[in-house]
Amino acid sequence: MTAQEVRLCGLLLREHFGEVVEKVGTHLLKSGAQNLRTIIHETGLSVDLVKKSLCVLVQHGASTFSSGRKGPGSPTEYHASCDRILRILRYPRYIYTAKTLYGDTGELIIEELLQRGHTMMSSTVKTVADRLTQNMAEGRTMDYSEVSSTFSKLVETHFLQRCPPLPRVGNKDSSAPSETPATPGTPAAPVNTAPPTPESFPECYKVPSVTLIGRGKRQLASEDGEEQRSAKRAKMDPETHGDEGIYWQVNFERFHLHFRDQTIISAVANKLDQTSSEIVRTMLRMSEVTTSPMATCTKPLSANEIFRSLPPSYNILRPILDQYLTLLVDDPMEFVGKAGESGGGMFVVNLHRALANLARATLESVVQERFGSRSARIFRLLLRKRHLEQKQVEDFAMIPAKEAKDMLYTLLSQNLVQLQEIPKTPDYAPSRTFYLYTVNQLPTARMLLQSCYKTVANLVERRLFETKESKRLLEKSQRIEAILASLQASGAEPEQLTEVEEMITAPEKQQLDTLRLHINKLDSAENQVDETIFLLESYINSTNASS
Amino acid sequence: MVSCCQEQRRPAAMAGKGRGVGAFTFNIDALGIGRGNMPEARVGPSPLFPSTDFKPVPLKAGEDEDYMLALKQEMRGTMQRLPYNIKPQSNKAEVERYTERYLKQSQIDDNEWTPDWNLFPKELMPRRKRPRAKTGTKKSAKISRKDAENILTKLDELTNKDDPEKSDEETEKKPGNEDEEEEIEEEEYEEDIEEENDYIESYFDNGEDFAADSDDNMDGEATY
Repeated sequence: MTAQEVRLCGLLLREHFGEVVEKVGTHLLKSGAQNLRTIIHETGLSVDLVKKSLCVLVQHGASTFSSGRKGPGSPTEYHASCDRILRILRYPRYIYTAKTLYGDTGELIIEELLQRGHTMMSSTVKTVADRLTQNMAEGRTMDYSEVSSTFSKLVETHFLQRCPPLPRVGNKDSSAPSETPATPGTPAAPVNTAPPTPESFPECYKVPSVTLIGRGKRQLASEDGEEQRSAKRAKMDPETHGDEGIYWQVNFERFHLHFRDQTIISAVANKLDQTSSEIVRTMLRMSEVTTSPMATCTKPLSANEIFRSLPPSYNILRPILDQYLTLLVDDPMEFVGKAGESGGGMFVVNLHRALANLARATLESVVQERFGSRSARIFRLLLRKRHLEQKQVEDFAMIPAKEAKDMLYTLLSQNLVQLQEIPKTPDYAPSRTFYLYTVNQLPTARMLLQSCYKTVANLVERRLFETKESKRLLEKSQRIEAILASLQASGAEPEQLTEVEEMITAPEKQQLDTLRLHINKLDSAENQVDETIFLLESYINSTNASS
Repeated sequence: MVSCCQEQRRPAAMAGKGRGVGAFTFNIDALGIGRGNMPEARVGPSPLFPSTDFKPVPLKAGEDEDYMLALKQEMRGTMQRLPYNIKPQSNKAEVERYTERYLKQSQIDDNEWTPDWNLFPKELMPRRKRPRAKTGTKKSAKISRKDAENILTKLDELTNKDDPEKSDEETEKKPGNEDEEEEIEEEEYEEDIEEENDYIESYFDNGEDFAADSDDNMDGEATY
């Protein structure tokens, strides 16, 4: 939980949940697990607000609670999770992926779940059907069963998972509904420090049998929508659909695996060609279910199997496939490895090594864009040759001595390159010590990840600043839009509309356009920095798993 | 003879002081920098926005990126309108409401949500004894289906209580959830706070809202 991460988490919480939740969230992040009383006392907010904020944080999975450290009788402690809050940055990517895989229905389901934290299947299906109906042509409605089937598909492919039921604490009577399995023996067990992962429950991916029959409702546009909706709600009886108490959440890890696969495939496509990327895509698709999330490489697949599973549009001959596989194996990026000779050759996709190579490529490209291609040459040299002396660097990189020194010291001052001392004598006398330059990939990647977080935080702050500067103008334009909309709805003449439109002067319009352009640019930049963040995080997590 | 010449030629390694500021205690050639190549001394803090030699690469632009941009902005807007977005309580002035009339009313989602208390610790439930402890706002009370039952049971209980004022206000506002299953320790803890605030409320009249969590000015009750 570095300072940069906390700062970014604070900004994300502020943008999506308001300043109150931001205050509570950052306080929890900075001070670790705390109980309710301490939080209230230290943040200085009122009891009500703190309670509400904690509810919001727990609802969205950003905070977990457990019984206190001193045993079952002590007050519950709340613990905020930095990683989970940083995921908010990636929400557009999750939604877009769902759209590409499962169409608009999938997109809306994931969007609903991300916005609400965790919900029940029945309520999600209803809301999504209503939203889809809104956008459909007049007279057509969306059936609940279609949405339910998409939901089930998402669960089958593990993109959605059930929320784990509460660990029953102490003397609280277990009021968990009968559908969710209560883990046996938890009440009597001592306080378990680690919260149970959703995967540890056997029914994590089981879709409950839900009776949902109906179609989406089109919401009528009306002026006093409130009264109408309250009337509607009184009519809507509290139907239970057989899945009370079963809450679903998005399974981020599964999305991350998907992103990782996509990154590898597109890297192969960029480096080699389309056919090789199709081969790698086939291999990854075949090993989707058999590979565990933390595996170093996929299970070995024989060339015969790969040949049979290639998509029908790619009818390449068998010897050509063998050539492609040999090419992939020989490539220095080491995406594919050979694991044996049976079945025409057994091949694996080296997941961890691919991630490491991609991270290395990212580091090299960062150095190149920041310091120039010659500094990048030195950096790549040091990555490959591990330790080099000053003189050797100059010789291998073929750069004149003076410039090489300059570049090396710039890199050293930015901490991208480290100095390693190897003494010849035990007294570390400088004249009798080797000074070797070296690059350590993992610490450098961590450092770069932190500066990515700082970048995104700066982008968000700049965007907030720009919005605040032009707040008056934005509000004016919003009011005018609203007036226009209400005029149009009540059927006004074109002259009235143009009159209202002219309330914004031309320079103001221009100002608004520039503002819109800046904000779009900043937002887009945030999305794209998040791609780098994802790559570096995956690499660092993969080294954690294997070490 | 030979040895003393050698001594003179060796740079002043041992006697660094007094022989010049640029003298070093070790052989400088080992690091590969000479006397003349030292970078110039710093004269102040580094500039806030140093000029960079290499400008950043332009952003990727394409359909995917545009779509994700739109998604991001929409999501931000939606989440700010959902009930999860908690606004610090502020006195809503008249001007606010005037502009809100023009904003689409239908865009305002159901303003309240009640978490499923099975998944949340009981201590986070809002308390119903305090008249100011309401989760509702001054918008017309939208009674959700779940709370319809709550209201009925609460009305039954409140008829047994002996503060009629509070019961009126309770049913007007959106009631909090029932909390009969509170544990003893929580009750004690909550009573603690209740006592403090009761004291402040009954005996001390600020004239303005003291507690930050009351939406409308509850001066009806406080003035004695």
